[in-house]
Amino acid sequence: MESMHYESPATVAEAVRLLSDAPPGSARVLAGGTDLLVQMRIGRIDPALIVDVKRIPETRGVAVRDGALVIGASLETMTLRRAPDLEKNFPGLAEAAALIGSDQIQGRASLGGNLCNASPAADTVPALIVLGAQAEIAGPEGTRRVPVAEFVTGPGSTVLGRGEFLVSLHVPLPAPRSADAYLRLIPRTEMDIAVVGSAVSVTLDAGGTCTAARVVLGAVAPTAIEVPEAAAALIGSTLDDAALGRAGQAATAACNPINDMRGTVEYRRKVAAVLTRRAAAKAAERAAGRN
Amino acid sequence: MSDERKYRWVGTRPIRHDGVDKVTGRANFGADFSLPGMLHGKVLRSPHAHARIVSIDVAPALALEGVKVAITGADMPDIASEMGTAGEGQVDYAEVSRNVMAREKALYDGHPVAAVAATTSEIAEEALSRIVVEYEVLPHVLTVDEAMAPGAPILHDHLRTAGLDPVPDEPTNVAQRIEIGRGDLAAGFAEADEIVEHEFTTQMVHQGYIEPHAVVARSGEDDQSVVWCCTQGPFTVRAMCAKLLGLDVSKIKVIPSEIGGGFGGKTTVYVEPLAVLLSRKAGRPVKIVMSRQEVFRGSGPASGTRIRVKLGAKADGRLTAAEAWLAYEAGAFKGSPVVAGAMCMFAPYAVENVKIEGYDVVVNKPKVNAYRAPGAPPAAFAAESALDELARKLGMDPVELRLVNAVKEGSQAIYGPKFRAIGMVETLQAAREHPHLKAKLGPNQGRGIATGFWFNAGMQSSASVSLNEDGTATVVSGCPDIGGSRTSLALMAAEELGIDVQKVRPVVADTETIGYNDATGGSRVTFATGMAVIESARDVVRQLRERAASIWGVELEQVEWNDGQALPINGADEGELEPLSIGTLARRAARTGGPISASTSLTARGAGPSFATHICDVEVDPETGVVQVVRYTAIQDAGKAVHPGYVEGQYQGGAAQGIGWALNEEYVYDEKGVLQNPGFLDYRMPVASDLPMIDTVIVEVPNPTHPYGVRGVGETPIIPPLAAVANAVRDATGVRFGDLPMSPPTVLARLDAR
Amino acid sequence: MGRIHVRTRINGEATEFLCDPRQTLLDALRDELQLTGTKEGCTTGDCGACSVTLDGLLVCSCLVLAAETEGHDVGTIEGMAQGETLHPLQQKFLEHAALQCGVCTPGFLVAAKALLDREPDPSEKQVRYALAGNLCRCTGYDKIIRAVLDAAAELRGDTR
Repeated sequence: MESMHYESPATVAEAVRLLSDAPPGSARVLAGGTDLLVQMRIGRIDPALIVDVKRIPETRGVAVRDGALVIGASLETMTLRRAPDLEKNFPGLAEAAALIGSDQIQGRASLGGNLCNASPAADTVPALIVLGAQAEIAGPEGTRRVPVAEFVTGPGSTVLGRGEFLVSLHVPLPAPRSADAYLRLIPRTEMDIAVVGSAVSVTLDAGGTCTAARVVLGAVAPTAIEVPEAAAALIGSTLDDAALGRAGQAATAACNPINDMRGTVEYRRKVAAVLTRRAAAKAAERAAGRN
Repeated sequence: MSDERKYRWVGTRPIRHDGVDKVTGRANFGADFSLPGMLHGKVLRSPHAHARIVSIDVAPALALEGVKVAITGADMPDIASEMGTAGEGQVDYAEVSRNVMAREKALYDGHPVAAVAATTSEIAEEALSRIVVEYEVLPHVLTVDEAMAPGAPILHDHLRTAGLDPVPDEPTNVAQRIEIGRGDLAAGFAEADEIVEHEFTTQMVHQGYIEPHAVVARSGEDDQSVVWCCTQGPFTVRAMCAKLLGLDVSKIKVIPSEIGGGFGGKTTVYVEPLAVLLSRKAGRPVKIVMSRQEVFRGSGPASGTRIRVKLGAKADGRLTAAEAWLAYEAGAFKGSPVVAGAMCMFAPYAVENVKIEGYDVVVNKPKVNAYRAPGAPPAAFAAESALDELARKLGMDPVELRLVNAVKEGSQAIYGPKFRAIGMVETLQAAREHPHLKAKLGPNQGRGIATGFWFNAGMQSSASVSLNEDGTATVVSGCPDIGGSRTSLALMAAEELGIDVQKVRPVVADTETIGYNDATGGSRVTFATGMAVIESARDVVRQLRERAASIWGVELEQVEWNDGQALPINGADEGELEPLSIGTLARRAARTGGPISASTSLTARGAGPSFATHICDVEVDPETGVVQVVRYTAIQDAGKAVHPGYVEGQYQGGAAQGIGWALNEEYVYDEKGVLQNPGFLDYRMPVASDLPMIDTVIVEVPNPTHPYGVRGVGETPIIPPLAAVANAVRDATGVRFGDLPMSPPTVLARLDAR
Repeated sequence: MGRIHVRTRINGEATEFLCDPRQTLLDALRDELQLTGTKEGCTTGDCGACSVTLDGLLVCSCLVLAAETEGHDVGTIEGMAQGETLHPLQQKFLEHAALQCGVCTPGFLVAAKALLDREPDPSEKQVRYALAGNLCRCTGYDKIIRAVLDAAAELRGDTR
């Protein structure tokens, strides 16, 4: 059997060196391991090198810096959820983070891992995209920022190049009278992978008219997809039932789902509308409460 | 008699004797046992649903350092067809042998084709990947519809449909046709004012015990093998290992570990004979622990079914005719529980004109095994759903409709015998009086009720009671304790001996320490093994009275046993005799005749059937199809609840499993016949947040054949929930769901088609 | 890479062990340290039978590499009772008959303790969601939830 190396570097530079030196495709970054270890167990991947990034301080914290909430990529969601700045600023992202698996999974799983795993059904990815979050990537050429919206390129694939890893996520603080919401559909109440996820962010003017909105769906296409038509249906409206209904229809139209044991194409298309409507209403209610 | 008796211990809720070990992590379950020098065994399984095994080459595996031995079907003795017991049912050992290791054909995804033992489990795993198997993939069948279709691919060329006269000489996948019935069906329907007719399907589901199968086997040069494993039936494992490997039963000793759930699924063998064979070939102990994926692919789930039901009734609700057609998936070998399903489905009702036709059908899926009231839940789902529709057509309350037809003492059961005292009517009355039935429903909510019947089993048990020298006692049985039965046995011994239940130590013994016991199954342990304990304890009490009589110099009839002491009566009480406590008598045993103990072996007859009525409220999200159970009440006759806490636990656990069966659990296969969801992520058993509190009502109609009136309680609770949930969804949405599970996509599609 | 030497604390006790780089904490606890109270039910994080705490956070030990515990604190079921005194959760599980087969019980107890350590007065709903990562197939959860709520009350000193 091939032996596997485990390394836990303490600095970004050391991690980049380890990843750069490894033969292409042979190294894996370990954050919470809730996806990685399962994939290793079922034999889907067989890495020669595991680089555990949890000893690197830059991947661990959560703090407001330069007008954004900076979330360490390997910070477990159970700790993240207790950060006062998260729930206050981004209730939708907080609810998405709280939906990743059980308390046990939350003790390990991170937003960075959720993003890098590049599953179309990841709960926090739509929630990060509607907030305009950026991913900070470290690599042999230094650091770079990529919008989360562009980070995932397909199921299981990302923009990360050789020697690169995700250090942190930067979520711009919300404008006044803005709020977000995330809803997902699972067959049970817990412990399932999203059949459909819908994240919505909205900004209202003083009169309650929507001036900006973003709508992103999960689990209905190879990657999370932004639905500008749904956002357009919301912008300019007072988020009345008719506008919400149009946004829902736009969500259905944007879906490009598959049939699998978790849901049918038809089901996912219908539920995308329902969740988008409900998430938009929830986001609007939150935004109206913020003056 | 029994209902008037005052009990000191029976009916109380002591802390279980094995409890502290289980809350501290000390209790040893199947995988917790290891031996020095032990090898680790792994099983290679077919990736195909149906394939001829052209060749298997294990040489590359054996060439790997650390791999000690490999076996295939060629290493398994060919044994003749012979029927034996497993759980509550009968199995053919020759087919068990072919199920634990494929021979010329692999018959399902997950069917074992080879096994290895190596110094570490990682090396064993690697060795599996080096075994070269050449398959010729054959067309497969996954459902009864596919398997029964003309020209269907055939699993077993030799199989002929039993139960037809004459037996046809065509290869078939239909192993058996059965028919039960009575009266004149046509006349019954002609007499009816209303008739309902519906068709139902259910999917293959798994028992879902949390502990995977695990075994350690050690074999010696003297041909003896010792097997440590988690099983409901240590004597079954002994018999099967012996039969499958061509050994005398006396050569094998089975030591049962604590068992992490079974629900019928651990009443046969899978990896146990392989571990014994590997250990015999290697000359070293071998441990095999199944992975969760292996448990789903390669153990014994419960049948998927197709069932048609037709009911006729008079305007006042009296059933005039009941007809049913059932086809059950047996898995890769014959032996689905279709017979039990057919016998149970209308058993709660006194209907004179009945015809039930059943088919046992082999398909390219794992051979089914017992799952809690095997066969009954799908059949009752069909019958109780049809009854619900009938109640709607008649404009009758569903509880009243069932009360009008309920069987009672003296009713002739559809499957044969006359019922003695039973609690069907009492559970319905308890439902009618329960506040749940009167509670107001919210928007999108609905309520359903359903009943269930299970025979309960008696079968063979052995138990012994030994008095220790300080007046404490040891109870030894051979039935693994799967849900608190050890404490129930201790309670019965304490009751008879008149000592504190915590002074009684209940022990589950190995196959060489106690006489034969059938498996823990059929809701039989507290009933049947309990009878053996009571008889043994009564024998001990008689011996204690004899010792007191001899000490006092009086006759046996002049000694009464009361509350743990011998009292002089019938004239003996006129003298100066002081009562003799159990402790005193125990201490003096050496001088009064030696140790005091008794053992009893019996075949328990008269297991009283258990009836249940369940009430379920659901809320259905009309836009997503998600069904949430918001309130649930399980009412059941226990005869006499020995430990009410664990009786309630059986009701609640069975209800939860039934709810899972109704809503989200199912085996999902792809078009190649490969199981798509062999894990807890996508095989969706209920989690804590899916369920409400499950209210229970213990009805006690004593079983006249048991000294305390005990009836088995374990199995009945899983029978009503499937229909109770479906009837509630019908109430909430107006849509009758005949196909399980009612998962959100299925529900929404039907709601949108309204 | 050969076996890794790991220095950690398990149930408060400094512990060293050797592990394979691929070995999970679950396997190291059971196979290297003979702490078999932590159970394996699935190895994919779906059943919670292998629940332990890592620096006080609840985790599935099947989803932690043993090597990751270097320098960290691991808490297992074996550390829950104090000498001969059961933790109130353990006692309440016994009193409420909150276990049948008992194989999921260690995981439930570890998870319930992690919940009560951060939320001493949880609602029934909170308990149900906090324990959703622990599968029990025997009890239907009813008595488990009651035992946890009762233990929480006792730990708070409630007499209601």
